[in-house]
This record gives sequence, structure tokens and C-alpha cells, in this order.
Amino acid sequence: MDLSSISPVLLIASLMISATPILLAAIGEMVVEKSGVLNLGVEGMMITGAVVGFVAAINSGSPGLGFVAAALAGAALSLSFALLTQVLLSNQVATGLGLTLAGLGLSSLIGKPYEGMKAASLPKLDIPLLGDLPVVGRMLFSHDIMVYFSLLLVLAVWAFLKYTRAGLILRAVGESAESAHALGYKVVQVRVAAIMFGGACAGLGGAYLSLVRVPQWTEGMTAGAGWIALAIVVFASWRAGRVLIGAYLFGGISVLQLNLQAAGMTWGVQYLSMSPYLVTILVLVFISSNRSRMSHDAPANLGQTFHATR
Amino acid sequence: MIRRTLLASAAAGLTLGLAAPAMAQDDPTKACFVYVGPIGDGGWTYQHHEGAMAVKEEFGDKVEIAYQESVPEGADAERVITQMALSGCDIIFTTSFGFMDATNNVAAKFPDIKFEHATGYKRDHPNVSTYDARFYEGRAVLGHIAGKMTKTNKIGYIGSFPIPENIQGINSYYLHAKKANPDVELVVTWAYTWFDPAKEADAARAMIDQGVDVIAAHTDSTAPLGEAAKEGGKVIGFGQASDMAAFKTNDDGTPGPRVASIIDNWAPYYIDRVGAVMDGTWEQQASWGGMPEGEVVIGEITEAVPADVKAEAEELIAKMTSGEYHPFTGPINKQDGSAWLAEGEVADDGTLAGMDFYVEGITGEIPN
Repeated sequence: MDLSSISPVLLIASLMISATPILLAAIGEMVVEKSGVLNLGVEGMMITGAVVGFVAAINSGSPGLGFVAAALAGAALSLSFALLTQVLLSNQVATGLGLTLAGLGLSSLIGKPYEGMKAASLPKLDIPLLGDLPVVGRMLFSHDIMVYFSLLLVLAVWAFLKYTRAGLILRAVGESAESAHALGYKVVQVRVAAIMFGGACAGLGGAYLSLVRVPQWTEGMTAGAGWIALAIVVFASWRAGRVLIGAYLFGGISVLQLNLQAAGMTWGVQYLSMSPYLVTILVLVFISSNRSRMSHDAPANLGQTFHATR
Repeated sequence: MIRRTLLASAAAGLTLGLAAPAMAQDDPTKACFVYVGPIGDGGWTYQHHEGAMAVKEEFGDKVEIAYQESVPEGADAERVITQMALSGCDIIFTTSFGFMDATNNVAAKFPDIKFEHATGYKRDHPNVSTYDARFYEGRAVLGHIAGKMTKTNKIGYIGSFPIPENIQGINSYYLHAKKANPDVELVVTWAYTWFDPAKEADAARAMIDQGVDVIAAHTDSTAPLGEAAKEGGKVIGFGQASDMAAFKTNDDGTPGPRVASIIDNWAPYYIDRVGAVMDGTWEQQASWGGMPEGEVVIGEITEAVPADVKAEAEELIAKMTSGEYHPFTGPINKQDGSAWLAEGEVADDGTLAGMDFYVEGITGEIPN
């Protein structure tokens, strides 16, 4: 075993890339859940974003357009979820699972002619001054624009929920839809908007996989990343900053265990790979061990359908 | 009851009236395939499906093909295989190691249906055969090229799971790289998945970051090649299971990372076995074909490989195809230094099929 062959600089650089898809999807899902809606279709929206983004990038030659198309596709797919759960009042869990299945099937249908093709990838940003810094430059300032976009998005979501009136309304809808309704807020509209935001974020996360991280389309390429994003939201107990930590932790551990293996360590890598999931379970046990803490963390109306009777 | 009779007689009428010309021929033989990944993986499953399509092409209307993609290894597999058995399949190919127990369990219930399990070793019932390909023959060629091409003297291998098939590949790859370049060092990374493009890319990235410049993969997607392509020609790799020809050149016309490939060609075997079911000569067997049978093929070796190395690789292929050379020919020691094969001794299939040790010179342990 030769741990000195692991370069911390490169490790952190690849960790940031590896975590970006799940970070994007998780921050979107967090907003959805904050509004009181549980959308289990993240995986389906991600993979739809991955394929649509890839197809758009191939046909237009521009990865930027690919990302835009992916966000739109994710949002459009999530709109079907919104229609079913918010207007037709279907069960959110079942509809979300259905959305994942539909997304997986739809994506393989759309992606069939594009298998084995290569799309232009996003260029790495050449940030003057910062990028030339020793160590930190290579580690933090040599990424493509989506990595920074995802970080800004986390910051924006945090500020939106904490400081804006619209953010307060969104949280109110998630905590008590009845009260928000009684105050005259349009619960369904707020939720539909949140769902579409979540869909767009998941689409972006998927496109990051197919346009930057793997850069190609292969069927089923998200391989469960959407489920990890869902776990991260719970792990983060519905807070934007912790979503960032959670995503980097998940991404970091998966990169770290591969690096440790490449450096010759064979013992314990399986345990390392499973540790993010164990941590999520522990967090779940922890937050549900105490009723008051639980009510503090999870949006009170999470997963409940709302129908304005009065 | 009445309705059913009505339908049946209607069907009989139709058969008599419309299908008369086809009467000369029996029911088509139904060959079914269970895939572990999507056909679009561009690798393992894609090649099995190519094999299935070759069967269709060979026998035309006499055969009917059915398949199911992305079947998880586990309880679901048994359900899928049972469903296929009930749907009238005459022969069922289960194309992943993890379908082993499910295949045997279902085979016990359907003694009249033939089952063919890929890469496994359990044949609990007379209607179960196993088949595999000697991928390690192909790995020998890739190893030779890797040893010659590496500049950092560090070559990498992305393993899927620590099962004999992978370990044969790793040992063969290393032995032949070592012969070509005594200074070579092998880095093995286990992905613990057959198909997860993001993880495969991460594994390739981890190795590249640590100075590996030739990467072979035993996982199913093209992602490791995609990752190698980002290094602007400094890192090369091989097509795995399928040719992965898209990576021969980059978009800007420069040579791409893929310098050769190891292709699984299941067509000859599938045609042979489906044919055997048709003429009633199917018998249980454990097939293990390689280059001589045309099951393991090396795809085009690109211009990036120097002509002399290419010639050596082709000679190696020719020798293995003719049966003159076995990739595991002694003297070979095990990792701990104990003797495995004496001078000139050739590994027997039993040891290979259950291979659970590295050869001398590979660092690291096989996880269990």
C-alpha cells in the first residue's frame, strides 16, 4: 500500500466533479420536500435530463444548450407528477415511483439512436489569478462552470428559504398547507412551482452525468444517483448547507475508496463504500428518536395531499 | 366456456385458412435471453444481444427470439426466468454470473426446457449447461500492448467483482505486460458493479490521478475510455466486451484512447446451441471457448500502437488461436512466492475456473 500516491489536491478536485450531479438533484428535491411534497421520481427526472441534454448537445453542438434542454425536460416530466399529485390528488409515493419507471423507459427510447456517440463537453474554466494559485488553483478553481453553478444554487436556495418572503411562504405550505391556505396562499401553485424547480435541478444533475462526468449516453447511466440524492435530503435534515456537506461526503467517500484501492489498500473498502448509507440510517434513527426534534426537522406536511375543501 | 370454445374454433379456422402454407414447418423454436444490463450498454449485454440477433439471422422464421433487459441479479431474476419458461421458451440463456442459482432453481421445475447459464459453474440438473469464454486469452494480448505502451510503468485494471473470471483476466493481463516490460506495476481497482458509468469513470479517474496511463476495464460501459479521453492522448485504454470503436479518434481528429479491444462474440455458440435444440441433439455441457472457437476476438489495433508491437500482438493471437500457446504456461509462481506451474506446464481448466489467487508480482490482496 502506498498512500503517498494519493494526491489530496486531485482527490478533492475529482470529489467536486463526482458530487455535482447528486448535489444538483438533492438541492432541487430539498426545495420540493420543503413545500411538503415527496417526489420519489428524482432518478427518472435525472435520467431524462441526461438523455435530453445529451441529445440537445449533440444536435446543437453546444453543451450549454444541452443543460438548458435538460432542465426543461426535467421540469416538464415533473409537471406530470405535479398534475397527478396536486390536481388529481394521487398518492405521492406511488406516483413518484411511477415517474422513475417512466423516466427510465422514456430515456432509453429517446437515447437509442444516440448510443456510442460523443458530445462536446463543457470546457474547464480558465479563471485568471485564482486558477493560477498553487494547490488551491488546481483543487478548487479549475472546474467547469456547472460545478460553480451548483454551489451558487445551494447558496441561492439557502438565502431564498431563509430571507425571502416567497421562501417563507414555501416553508409555510410545507409545514401546514391548511394554515397557508387559510391565509390566502395558493398552496397548489406553490407546490407545482417547487416540483418544477426540483425537476429542473434533477435534469441538470442528469445532464452533468451525460455531458461532463461520463460524457456519453448509456442506458440506465444514472445507476441509482437519484436515490442517493433522496437519501442526502434526509441526511441533511432538509437544510441547504447540509445538503452540500452530504453530497460532498457521498461523492467524497466513493472517490476516496477508489483512490485507496488504486493505492493498494484492499481491506475495508466495502465498509467505506457502504458508510454513507449507514450514516443516513443513523441520521434517520437520530432524528426520529425524539419527537420534538423530528417535528423540527422534517416539513410537517411532507407527503400529504392537500385538497382545499373550503 | 362457450366463449372459449368459440375462440378456439375460430383460431383453428384461421390456422386452417390462412396459415396453410406455413403448415409444412413446425412451431418456431423459441430462444429466450435474460440480460443483466441494458442492450445499449455498448459492452457486455450489447454483445449477447448481437449473438441473439445472429441466431435470428441464421435460422430466420424457424426461430423466435425473446429477451428481457436489465434484470437484477437476485430474486427478480428467478421470477423473470420462470415467466420465460411459462411463456413457451425452448431454450433460455441467462447471461450473467449472478443468475446462477436462479437458473438452476427454475431449471428444476421445467425439466423439458433447456437452460444455458453464462460464466457460472453450477449444473445441478441435466437440463442446465454452462458456457463461458476464455477472456484471459484476450487479456494476454491487451497486457502485452499495455506493457509496451506504458510510459509511467503503471497500468490499471478496473475489476467488477472479485470472481474467478476477473482474476483470470487480471493475472493474464499482468503476466503478459510483465513479459513485455519487466518494470511494469499493476494497479487493480474493484468497482463492485458491472454497470455504473459514473462509478467506472471515477475508478478510471482515481487511477489516472495516481499515474496510471493504460487502463483495462472488466466492467460493462464505455465510461473508462471516456475518462481516458479527457487526458489528451496521455492515457490509453481498450474496448471491453464490445469494440467501442467510437473512441478510436477524438472529435478533433486526434487519436483517441482506444488502441485495441477485446470483443465477446457469442454468435457461434448461440447458433450452435439453438441449432442443437432444433434437431434434438442438445446435451448438457460446460463450454469454455476462446480464440480458436472465435468467441474471443481482438478488435482492430490502431495506428497509435507501434508496428512492431502490433506484429507481436498479432503473433500472440495467432499462437493462441492455433492452440500452440496457453496464456498460463509455467514457470509461474503464486503471489506468495509458492510455485504454481512448473516450466512448460499449462494451467488446467479446473484451477482456472476457480482461480482465487494473484500471480507473483501483483501487489494488493483479493478482497473477499
